[in-house]
Amino acid sequence: MSKSITIDGNTVPFEEGQTIMEAATAAGVYIPHLCHHPEFTPHGSCKLCNVKVNGRVCSACTFPAMEGQEVLNNTQELTDDRKLITQMLFVEGNHFCPSCEKTGNCQLQAVAYHLNMLDNHFPLFYPARKVDASHAEVMIDHNRCIFCTLCVRASQQIDGKDVFAISGRGLNKHLLVNAQSGLLKDTDIEATDQAAHICPTGAILIKHTAYQVPIGERIYDHKQIDQVSLDSENPQHGQ
Amino acid sequence: MHSFIQDLAETNRYQATRLLSILRAIQTRYHYIPEVAIEQLAELLKIPRTQIISVVEFYSFFHLSPRGQYEILISDSITDHMLGKKGLLDYLSKKLKVAVGEVRQDGVVSLDNTSCTGLCDQGPAGLVNGYALSRLNHHRIDQITALINQQKPLEEWPPELFLVEDNIQLPDLLLAHPIKPGAALTAMFNRGAQETLAEISFAELRGRGGAGYNTAWKWHLCYEGPEEDAFCDIVTQQHQQQRYVVCNADEGEPGTFKDRVLLNTYAHQVFEGMTLCAAIIGADHGLLYLRGEYLHLYEKLQGILEARRQAGLLGNNILKQGLNFDIEICLGAGAYICGEESALIESLEGKMGIPRNRPPYPVTQGYLGKPTVVNNVETFMAAASIAINGGDWFANVGTQKSKGTKILSICGDCARPGIYEYPFGTSIQTVLDDCGASDVLGVQIGGPSGTFIANHEFKRQLAFEDLATGGSFIIFNNSRNILEIVNNFIHFFAHESCGFCTPCRVGTSLLKKQLDKIIEGHGSAGDVVALEELCQLIKTQSHCGLGQTAANPVLTTLERYPELYQSQLKKISYEPGFDLDGALETARRLAKRNDTGAHLAQIEDES
Repeated sequence: MSKSITIDGNTVPFEEGQTIMEAATAAGVYIPHLCHHPEFTPHGSCKLCNVKVNGRVCSACTFPAMEGQEVLNNTQELTDDRKLITQMLFVEGNHFCPSCEKTGNCQLQAVAYHLNMLDNHFPLFYPARKVDASHAEVMIDHNRCIFCTLCVRASQQIDGKDVFAISGRGLNKHLLVNAQSGLLKDTDIEATDQAAHICPTGAILIKHTAYQVPIGERIYDHKQIDQVSLDSENPQHGQ
Repeated sequence: MHSFIQDLAETNRYQATRLLSILRAIQTRYHYIPEVAIEQLAELLKIPRTQIISVVEFYSFFHLSPRGQYEILISDSITDHMLGKKGLLDYLSKKLKVAVGEVRQDGVVSLDNTSCTGLCDQGPAGLVNGYALSRLNHHRIDQITALINQQKPLEEWPPELFLVEDNIQLPDLLLAHPIKPGAALTAMFNRGAQETLAEISFAELRGRGGAGYNTAWKWHLCYEGPEEDAFCDIVTQQHQQQRYVVCNADEGEPGTFKDRVLLNTYAHQVFEGMTLCAAIIGADHGLLYLRGEYLHLYEKLQGILEARRQAGLLGNNILKQGLNFDIEICLGAGAYICGEESALIESLEGKMGIPRNRPPYPVTQGYLGKPTVVNNVETFMAAASIAINGGDWFANVGTQKSKGTKILSICGDCARPGIYEYPFGTSIQTVLDDCGASDVLGVQIGGPSGTFIANHEFKRQLAFEDLATGGSFIIFNNSRNILEIVNNFIHFFAHESCGFCTPCRVGTSLLKKQLDKIIEGHGSAGDVVALEELCQLIKTQSHCGLGQTAANPVLTTLERYPELYQSQLKKISYEPGFDLDGALETARRLAKRNDTGAHLAQIEDES
């Protein structure tokens, strides 16, 4: 008999070596996340995927599934905390959805809708951050970076480059690009790189494509992020 | 500079794991990490420049722009404040003609604040080019100013400026019976390594850093390897496996300074404890992670290691028993988070001190991915004593769940601050009587990340089952303002959060904002509730111990003095979330106006 855990009381099978997130996704259970992506080494920093495992808070994306785990995921308490964490990400940077070209395709925005976030709740920090539009095809709007490190991991693990890094301590965290000038144009990034497409927010964008897909026809305009996430991260889902 | 960095890289065998040590050398020589140095190092160490920049930006003692030839940092611990730090800093700033946080125009001196430097029993304290300055006062500041303006090298400064006293006030089980160098190892070789581990197990020694994990069990896990490997041929596996012993001397909890004293006076015993651990788990390499603030101990400790090598207590074939083990000292560079064991390991590997995801735990995958024991200075010291005196000797002292003694760093409002050793189970009142504390308002047990207890709770005990502590014990008398204390602690955590996870990175800064708002009198109904909600979120959702305890200063005082917080709130139902008049300050400055029309009342009916 295969091994299993329970998530919100439902039995979920897992294979040795799988994380709770992987087991959940394979079973069609959505656990909200932003810094996790199935193709890359888990990072465990956004903390949206925090679940309760036998009473203890763990990040589902990094914590291994083990026999006997009773996992709580979709509870009011966790949803409330996830909403607060998402609100923290919003007030930390400068996120103005109506004027952002990523709107409708943005995972941060979609998670916020999914968690029924209706305001910022916390006071805004309004940090002074820059835009790097130096590169011909790819641009960075640092205002929207949430330090998920997906671009860092994609560049290293898929593109075989080292274009990005996260630097600084505490609230001074920031995204670095690997060029002496500190500008994207002096790196070896290309518009076809995975790192240029992986950003869950509007921080890294491909130029000249902004409104090719009109608002109203974008990924999250008609589907919730849980459905999109399960469809894309678990190919078997819905079959 | 080119050849300096080339030589430095060569001395460090071009190892990226040595990055902190390399950067310390560059910072010391050039007073910053120049861009050309980063470029050259990136090539020599074969790592991306971004990795070097991220390390520079992570640690407080590294800078991308030049600091003064004399870099002065003044400790910002609450105990320094209680000893008049603010006034002294202002005086120093005026005398040196340099603003706090700035470099003087001639580049000779820079001045800034730094987190607790571990001299709380002899503050106000500071650092000059990394070396500890004790008992600062107006006279000493005049002296320092003159020395800097004459540009006297540090070696020519009067030694009393750098005098750091032990202040051992009450020795007990460990401090009163220091071991002779080699005695614990001899006892271990006579008894046998696994039998010695059994004694440590009988002693029920628990980690002295605060968390209290069973020491013998930790060593056993490291020796046995991960559970899933337990079915393999243990003998071959143990022979193949490289293991490490790490001593955590990154004592950064404000108010703690016991490790400073242990390393100053009992270093032999600490190193002996590490060697003992090495023999038991099968390690040949040990690392002492010494916090950067204790640079003044570095040379002395190197001397002791050398003496131990000469005496056959370190190196190859220790005491001719076939044990090979040596210890290396690695200096930190100003980051409280590196006291967290997995962040410490990252730092030892030359990286930013960001706590790892666990599992795997260090006992299975620690330094360089190998099984590693990380223990506190005091734990290794106790283990060495137990090896000689046996488990019963230790376990006969203390309480049911907390055996032995605990070494406390006592500071704040008392007549005799310093080091005190107590059997677990001792009441707080006993401690207060011994150190000469009167008119006590409360005590911060275990530092900012611990608990604030009020004066009706002094019957409570020092013990893992009641008040656990890594050693910090800060006393406040009735003249102290609780909100000022809490504010100091909350600012500390916001400054020290590594920024890895959202709840701690954003939460500690939001907490700082929210608390400032309440303390500055801009809070209204609902703001204390919002404060508590934020605290709970940070506590439950953060990645590591820093975040999980960062809200404790608020939570433990809010529980005891709710009226204190409520009394700060305005009586109106809505208060703008920020200082309206304060927000106009930039506009006033730009417009060069300061008339009535350029000011705004916080709420309409106030004007």
